[in-house]
Amino acid sequence: MTKEYKTISQIAGPLIFVEKTEPVGYNELVNINLPDGTTKRGQVLDTSNDIVVVQVFEGTGGLNRDCGVRFTGETIKLPVSKDLLGRILSGAGEPLDGGPRIVPEDRLEITGAAINPYARLPPKDFIQTGISTIDGMNTLVRGQKLPIFSGSGLPHNEIALQIARQARVRGSNEPFAVVFAAMGITNEEAQYFMSDFERTGALERAVVFLNLADDPAVERLITPRLALTAAEYLAYEHDMHVLVILTDITNYCEALRQMGAAREEVPGRRGYPGYMYTDLASLYERAGVVKGRKGSVTQFSILSMPGDDITHPIPDLSGYITEGQIVISRELHRKGIYPPVNVLPSLSRLMNSGIGATRTREDHKAVSDQCYAAYAEGKDLRGLVAIVGKDALSERDKKFLEFADMFEDRFVRQGIDENRDIETTLSIGWELLAELPEAQLTRIDNKYIQKYHPAHKAKQE
Amino acid sequence: MKNKGEIYRISGPVVIITGLNTKMYDVVKVGKEGLMGEVIGIEGDKSTVQVYEETSGVRPGESVENTGMSLSVELGPGLLESIYDGIQRPLPVLKDKMGDFITRGVTANGLSREKEWDFVPTVKKGDKLNGGDIIGTVQETQNIEHRILVPPAISGTVSEIKKGKFKVDEVICTLADGKMLTMMQKWPVRKPRPVSKKLTPSTPLITGQRILDGLFPVAKGGTAAIPGPFGSGKTVTQQQLAKWSDTEIVVYIGCGERGNEMADVLYEFPEIKDPKTGRPLMERTVLIANTSNMPVAAREASVYTGITIAEYYRDMGYDVSLMADSTSRWAEAMREISSRLEEMPGEEGYPAYLAARLSEFYERAGKVKALSGKNGSITVIGAVSPPGGDFSEPITQNTLRIVKVFWALDAKLAQRRHFPSINWLNSYSLYTKALGPWYDEHVSPDWVNLRNDAMELLQKESELQEIVQLVGSDALPEDQQLTLEVARMIREYFLQQNAYHEVDTFCPMDKQFKLLKSIMSWGDKAHNALDGGAPIEDIMKLKSKDELAKVKYEKEFDNALGVILKSMEDEFSKLRGK
Ligand SMILES: Nc1ncnc2c1ncn2[C@@H]1O[C@H](COP(=O)(O)OP(=O)(O)OP(=O)(O)O)[C@@H](O)[C@H]1O
Ligand SMILES: [Mg+2]
Repeated sequence: MTKEYKTISQIAGPLIFVEKTEPVGYNELVNINLPDGTTKRGQVLDTSNDIVVVQVFEGTGGLNRDCGVRFTGETIKLPVSKDLLGRILSGAGEPLDGGPRIVPEDRLEITGAAINPYARLPPKDFIQTGISTIDGMNTLVRGQKLPIFSGSGLPHNEIALQIARQARVRGSNEPFAVVFAAMGITNEEAQYFMSDFERTGALERAVVFLNLADDPAVERLITPRLALTAAEYLAYEHDMHVLVILTDITNYCEALRQMGAAREEVPGRRGYPGYMYTDLASLYERAGVVKGRKGSVTQFSILSMPGDDITHPIPDLSGYITEGQIVISRELHRKGIYPPVNVLPSLSRLMNSGIGATRTREDHKAVSDQCYAAYAEGKDLRGLVAIVGKDALSERDKKFLEFADMFEDRFVRQGIDENRDIETTLSIGWELLAELPEAQLTRIDNKYIQKYHPAHKAKQE
Repeated sequence: MKNKGEIYRISGPVVIITGLNTKMYDVVKVGKEGLMGEVIGIEGDKSTVQVYEETSGVRPGESVENTGMSLSVELGPGLLESIYDGIQRPLPVLKDKMGDFITRGVTANGLSREKEWDFVPTVKKGDKLNGGDIIGTVQETQNIEHRILVPPAISGTVSEIKKGKFKVDEVICTLADGKMLTMMQKWPVRKPRPVSKKLTPSTPLITGQRILDGLFPVAKGGTAAIPGPFGSGKTVTQQQLAKWSDTEIVVYIGCGERGNEMADVLYEFPEIKDPKTGRPLMERTVLIANTSNMPVAAREASVYTGITIAEYYRDMGYDVSLMADSTSRWAEAMREISSRLEEMPGEEGYPAYLAARLSEFYERAGKVKALSGKNGSITVIGAVSPPGGDFSEPITQNTLRIVKVFWALDAKLAQRRHFPSINWLNSYSLYTKALGPWYDEHVSPDWVNLRNDAMELLQKESELQEIVQLVGSDALPEDQQLTLEVARMIREYFLQQNAYHEVDTFCPMDKQFKLLKSIMSWGDKAHNALDGGAPIEDIMKLKSKDELAKVKYEKEFDNALGVILKSMEDEFSKLRGK
């Protein structure tokens, strides 16, 4: 048993300052014993011969200078075993489902070490989500980190769940294992996820970590790390393909900001810590495929953009780290279109390696590029029409205007349980493109036009 | 004070030590595991150290040792085809020693001590040598001859010179005063390697990217910045430059960016062939990968490690290009460390010395006469990642004050998949004038005019677009409608270039010239036809126009273009005949 200190000199926000300790390790796990017999946990943020600064995960409520502090001599670890599957744990990793404690096969450091870039395998296995705007225009691949940028009141949860239900690697029927980490979401939202997991039987191959809105904010700083540690364990030790859903990254960042303020750090943009990029990277970069290992970690996290502003530091820094983003549009949502994905600001950077002749279909890239260009042009024209009226448009422009409407109505819109395979998605794309004058299809090679354009295809058959 | 001290305080990557005699930038070994760090501040008997490895679990009181050396890189044969972390540890060696994940406390030499290289001397006994002189060569990769240099501060007369197979740390040359030279030398990364003289850049870096070579060229030995919001094409552009630029050596620094991107380069570069030599690109490349989740202090160092390696090849007389993706992450590393030091923050929390560090870095670019007498150059291309895509922030602004070429990425263009999404109205190159004579001689005497005409047209387009926004395009006079159409052709047929298309990914100068000339001449003919009374609808419907759109994708470009030019003549003469 390590020594207990009763030398708290100061308590400030989520931090306590402890004096006259023996040497304490940086990042060490700390137990704080309250007079009422309960225990809280914390972590060392700064350590010196004179003073040790500890952040307390459950918050400092109820603490006073009489509390006993024990330094455990080790950094925070998650007990892991395959039995994690099917379990519901708190945001600090304690069982919430009344089940037994996890009998660990191993105890893993939750900060997780960086994958050596030389040990990575570039992700390239196409994941069919069954959603056209993703599969067709912003393809997800196994090992990618592709968050949803959404806003309050938008159906990001529905989309995340639809993906969790439908996602398959092409040619395999094996579903993904899901690691779900809630950070500061409401109980109601959490229930929505849980009941869907239960309804579809997904819970059996899921691990759930719940830090809800009324749970301490500091705990949010460890919840995603626990989740990612569990995911890596399942992927790299048990060969599973894991889909990690972290929600909501924005709540995580708020907790980070709160901690920074408590430590009286010099704040960066809009009050968020200057190290937020590095901190977020330490989460997002824990996706990938490792050479010689069978499993993989794919991240599909949810981030709500404060004020729908994509330049806000949270989406901005995330976008700089993740391999693209799926942007949900309030405008499309208001029009009653589900899933309201605005493809224009959306992007999947790994799309090019996941599509094409051997992975999806040879014309995939061309169809996607052409749809992008045509939709962008049509959307611009809407602005013009609002000023000069439709009649001032040339014939060509009118076609593009119509294309934008049809694209939203037939390509973007689909049912919440509609699982489109990639062929269906591409053929919808072709049907829409066929409405444009053929000479305008400048992004598509002639050979594909001959082969897939409905006008020519019909002739061939 | 002595050579062994102890840890006083630990706060993330910043560790304060006491009782150790240090100089600024000394490399120290921190704690039981001997984590590598560098002294970045001294106050009284306390020194502040930035540690290049994770510090979890390290305790006050653990011992610290001073190596007495500054942070240095090892220079010699074996750099090419390597992939290093920010402090020149080879990632494959780290993988062997630590497994798939980067742990800590492992040292690794930058250059292999086992590998033998075939050394061929070019000097003989009795020759007088000065710093920077070439004493022999090693065939490092099939096309790159590694020239072994006398370290800059050393001179003397050769008393013995060897020939044959040696390891990098074996003596190959002895001087009269007993100094012994090996194929490897060390150089402190924060200190520029000396040169004999700086020269004025006068040759363009040919990149095979039409908007860069055509509109905004950078000179060999020049500096360029490519700022843009996330997802706008910084990395793809930098990788295109690394692949297709006509320099002999490429140093690519992934500074605080994605692991998968580096993995991609590692898988791709050995497969792609250099268009000039036919050899795999990897054979001329040095990669430095300190990704966003690797230690932030090593990220800070990575840029210096890279530029020092670049200087070394420049000193051999090579043209080197260096891509740093992203300089913003480097600056943020400085900010993170600075704030841990509780330094007085400057603009947006960056340290007050930010501007100085940036200009010192870009100052290491240039075309030079090396100490060996050979000419070499370093072209530096830095990506900048401005928060919110807002170019008014400190890194972008400070960088633009230094560099001569500005490639402004534009999120709007990226969103409509206009790639490369470099904005042709905001970007600039200050080299165009100086490079004029080169184009006259090597491309065509028409090139400069052609380019200026195209730029003028694009400028005109943006003015007309403002009117269109108010009245619609049909309300414009017909000749202006035609002008808009030709501008669109320049944008879509010439400027747009698909990095992922096997043919279009690289476009030689000659092809660039012919393509642009054909588009402009289509425009001239169209205006003539219109003046001659041909209806605009007929002109717009000409097949040759649509054919020009796709000719860039043709493998047999010259043939295909010939056919199109012919049908263009026919079509226009028919129009005239009507
Ligand atoms: N020249 C190009 N040709 C085709 N596609 C391109 C080109 N340039 C960029 N892209 C597309 O844009 C995507 C984003 O580009 P890139 O990764 O270079 O952005 P970035 O500016 O480096 O972003 P970040 O700052 O987040 O790293 C690429 O994945 C690719 O799909
Ligand atoms: Mg990038």
